[in-house]
Amino acid sequence: MSEKKTLTFCLMDPPFENARTTTALRLIDTAVRRGHNVNIFAYEGAVGVPFSKQSAHANKVHGFEADEWNHPLPKDWVSEIMKHAEKAGSKVDWINCGLCVDERGMNEAVPGVRRGTPGDLVNWANTSDNTLIIPTK
Amino acid sequence: MATTLNIIESAYRATIEEQDDTIVWITHAMKGAGAELSVLLRGNAVNYCVTGQKAPEISFGAWQQTHAAQIDQDLIALMGKGVPVYVMEEDLAKRGISLSELISGVKTVNREGLLDLIENHDRIWHW
Repeated sequence: MSEKKTLTFCLMDPPFENARTTTALRLIDTAVRRGHNVNIFAYEGAVGVPFSKQSAHANKVHGFEADEWNHPLPKDWVSEIMKHAEKAGSKVDWINCGLCVDERGMNEAVPGVRRGTPGDLVNWANTSDNTLIIPTK
Repeated sequence: MATTLNIIESAYRATIEEQDDTIVWITHAMKGAGAELSVLLRGNAVNYCVTGQKAPEISFGAWQQTHAAQIDQDLIALMGKGVPVYVMEEDLAKRGISLSELISGVKTVNREGLLDLIENHDRIWHW
């Protein structure tokens, strides 16, 4: 395994709007599987990614009920990434920007997500091996 | 202390409901948290330097906005906190914005100068 690094990601996109969110989570998942520690600062719409009240729905167009359709929910992806990190001996730290949480009313997040400020992004950038900003467009 | 160049290219994203440009805002907050930052405006974001811009207050029914975004003023405040603000000359020219229309204190940079600007910072964050 390569030397363990600490990587920081800053995300801005909400779930379900474009491929950047999925791509970001795939990068994070890959980093965790390779044993690296990962920090995620969720800014603006990205605080919705680990929102615990996301729920699946049916797809009548395709003729599936909710349990059959198994609609992807990014909150579940976040939880799985965190579970895998625990098994792999990696650390995943997810901070939602607090003011962004407040204005969206998205106070409920999956376990392992905590609330913070832009100062946390500064601290992480100063202590990480690298930082990647994935902005919304 | 590591230096960070925040390149802002996407413009007027949610500036009505946020009453801010969200990256100008977080730059301000990160400066307050001790970061050493510069800002480069490119693409449509060069318009942020145009002096005197003010979004009209929006209203829906009885709801009236009271603090519409004033991004040129926010940049002036940012420079006042010691954050240098640069703007791409070529992107101003493409948009027909003359240097006389810009807020005081902003520094212009061209494509050649951009390389030096990037080399003079430890981190490049593109928003």
